Amino acid sequence: MHKILSKEKLAPKIYRFTVEAPPIASSRKPGQFVVLREFEEGERLPFTIVDSDPEAGTIDLIIQAAGYSTQRLCALDAGDTILDILGPLGKQTDIENYGTVACVGGGVGTAVIYPIVKAMKEAGNYVITLNGARSEDFVILEEELEEVSDELIVTTDDGSYGIEGFGSTVLQKMLEEGREIDFVVAIGPVLMMRAVAEVTRPFDVGTIASLNALMVDGTGMCGGCRVTVGDEVKFACVDGPEFDAHLVDFEEQVAKLGYYHEEEDECRMHKLPHELEQEKA
Amino acid sequence: MAERSKKRSRRKKKKERIPRQPMPVRPAEVRNKDFTEVALGFTPELAQKEAQRCIQCANPECIDGCPVAIRIPEFIQLIVDGEFSAAAQKIKETNTLPAVCGRVCPQEEQCEVVCILGKIDEPVAIGRLERFAADYEREQGDVEIPELPPSTGKKVAVVGSGPAGITVAYELLRKGHAVTVYEALHDLGGVLVYGIPEFRLPKAIVADEIDTIKKMGAEIKLNMLIGKTRTVDELLDEDGFDAVFLGVGAGLPWFLNIPGENLNGVSSANEFLTRINLMKAYREEYITPVKVGKKVAVIGAGNVAMDAARSALRVGDEGTEVSIVYRRSREQMPAREEEIHHAEEEGIIFRLLTNPVRILGDDDGYVNGLECIEMELGEPDDSGRARPIPIEGSEHVLDMDTVIVALGTSPRTFISDTTPDLETSKWGNYIVNEETGATSKPGVFAGGDIVTGSATVILAMGAGRDAAKAIDEYLQG
Ligand SMILES: Cc1cc2nc3c(=O)[nH]c(=O)nc-3n(C[C@H](O)[C@H](O)[C@H](O)COP(=O)(O)OP(=O)(O)OC[C@H]3O[C@@H](n4cnc5c(N)ncnc54)[C@H](O)[C@@H]3O)c2cc1C
Ligand code: FES
Repeated sequence: MHKILSKEKLAPKIYRFTVEAPPIASSRKPGQFVVLREFEEGERLPFTIVDSDPEAGTIDLIIQAAGYSTQRLCALDAGDTILDILGPLGKQTDIENYGTVACVGGGVGTAVIYPIVKAMKEAGNYVITLNGARSEDFVILEEELEEVSDELIVTTDDGSYGIEGFGSTVLQKMLEEGREIDFVVAIGPVLMMRAVAEVTRPFDVGTIASLNALMVDGTGMCGGCRVTVGDEVKFACVDGPEFDAHLVDFEEQVAKLGYYHEEEDECRMHKLPHELEQEKA
Repeated sequence: MAERSKKRSRRKKKKERIPRQPMPVRPAEVRNKDFTEVALGFTPELAQKEAQRCIQCANPECIDGCPVAIRIPEFIQLIVDGEFSAAAQKIKETNTLPAVCGRVCPQEEQCEVVCILGKIDEPVAIGRLERFAADYEREQGDVEIPELPPSTGKKVAVVGSGPAGITVAYELLRKGHAVTVYEALHDLGGVLVYGIPEFRLPKAIVADEIDTIKKMGAEIKLNMLIGKTRTVDELLDEDGFDAVFLGVGAGLPWFLNIPGENLNGVSSANEFLTRINLMKAYREEYITPVKVGKKVAVIGAGNVAMDAARSALRVGDEGTEVSIVYRRSREQMPAREEEIHHAEEEGIIFRLLTNPVRILGDDDGYVNGLECIEMELGEPDDSGRARPIPIEGSEHVLDMDTVIVALGTSPRTFISDTTPDLETSKWGNYIVNEETGATSKPGVFAGGDIVTGSATVILAMGAGRDAAKAIDEYLQG
């Protein structure tokens, strides 16, 4: 059992949780994730560890309410508990001093990228962060990213805040204008990461993407998280979650993420605990 | 006259030898739609009838056939005497998980194959009797917890809670050592909970048998992936353990290495079975999804393949067609005969001497066919089995929308990657002293599938017993 110590709303449907998990807090590295199961009948779901406090024995997770399971999670409050948390899983990000690093985060991917931005900065890089969101309301972690980036550029799809457009387009412009960028990290929706990979490919800038593959165990036992990288098949939970974005077969990932859509729809028909309570009342 | 009738009656008595009692099972067409256990178990009457068949050999070979040397004739005699719970306790002197082993052990290759009765008739149904005794004791609720000696003050970390780890924990607790079990998943039991399906091994029974070690005082730490959450060195140097046992199994599933294996609708048997068993996807109230289409191909022919095929039939809609696709012939299938037989009865189709070469998909990336080539048997290969040879020009496409790959598993590397002085083979299996389970690293022992590659529950338990003995000696030394 893991107690939730605090909960903060970052944007509509996006929450940050601070959760007790002492052994994970003291061993996690940037880029790693946990697999959690909220309740006995629940699924095992992966979430990036956004931050940790080894002294307090806590980790921070950012969760967006999408399907049934994440809606349920987001309905939890401080004081509630999560049944199982396993981690830290996956490989840590290759943090080095590359020179100038551009970190492109989209949607909740911005949460995933935050610890990497922080670590890249600490490693002595000049860090340009591109923080993309649908609209002003959905911009998250602006202050935190500001603090750990040398440059922060916010983009919104609808132009309601920051620059109108996508992070990938801004990055393209920078590269075309001859900005020296040595390394790129892209984390967000699959199509966004593919767009970034296509932008950096002609400029031959090393680029990694963090894949949000479907997972069951998270320990290399099921192979449900398979990813084709170049001509190799990798397991995202063990060999990833980050891979060379120029080699990842993104089409395959798009197809895979859609595999259980019908079941997810069915799942949405399940009532959330608070809805059940309201009905009873 | 009297003489003759005596002779006749003796002959008659011989003819009336009790036949091996068949296991009562649920009808195939009923059971293949649900996950309730297939085999029903012996009634006390059946059990005693079967037990009477044992001739109580003076030099019983069955004991040597058993990897944990159960005192077989003794427990069978207790069943004859109606002392069913005592029979269970007799078994437990050497076997921690009798209700499990009675269900899944390949007795036909171990204790039963050497049973003297088998030479003239059929062997005693030792496995069914083992199951009966264990079930009886559990159902009566008089499961006895062994008395524990005073604490030795020594602490052992057992990593992995499959049959190997559970056995080590039990044996060391019995010696008075403190034991902490570290398990990566959210439940104890290893393959017993995530692999072998409910209809063959009910999870409540696994939990009950494993509960013994909790009652004996083992500390249980779930959701702990050693090599990630803590390392072996940290367990030894920082957490105060005097020895470590690694019973981490061989969990990494093999794939086919043929085109199309990443299409939607292709999964490993491990994934498919984990969704069903560990995550209970077949039960309405559980959230984890599992799905199969109308035409399912299971590739492979071991126990895992049979389990996957029979599970697919159960989670699929009415009319789902499930095939085993195997490149060799029926005689060479590695699964237990009983499992093959049950699968056949339930309506699994066997496509033998058929080797998949490519999985075909539609524009959206979903499986819509399995291209295979027909095989014929040639000369024996390294494994002694006739080598299957492709028949040129026999390529054909099977109409399939789901492919489940059950070809085997190999070790994962979380521990070997983080424990530099742990020697492994080129396949990643830990190298140990066969008698003691000692690895190259002092104080670290290993056993089960991680050492041997995928094997059996009872071999893992046998390795656990040997290692526990060696660990006990190491702690005293
Ligand atoms: C579907 C299926 C059907 C089978 N049917 C039969 C059968 O009918 N009869 C039979 O005898 N055998 C059968 N087997 C084989 C048998 O289950 C195995 O040989 C046996 O379970 C091996 O036991 P083990 O203790 O070595 O490992 P496992 O049972 O694999 O247990 C290992 C445990 O260690 C945990 N673990 C792994 N790494 C770590 C880590 N780093 N930190 C913490 N925990 C870790 C795993 O999560 C797992 O729980 C079957 C196997 C499968 C998959
Ligand atoms: S999630 Fe099961 S192997 Fe990666």
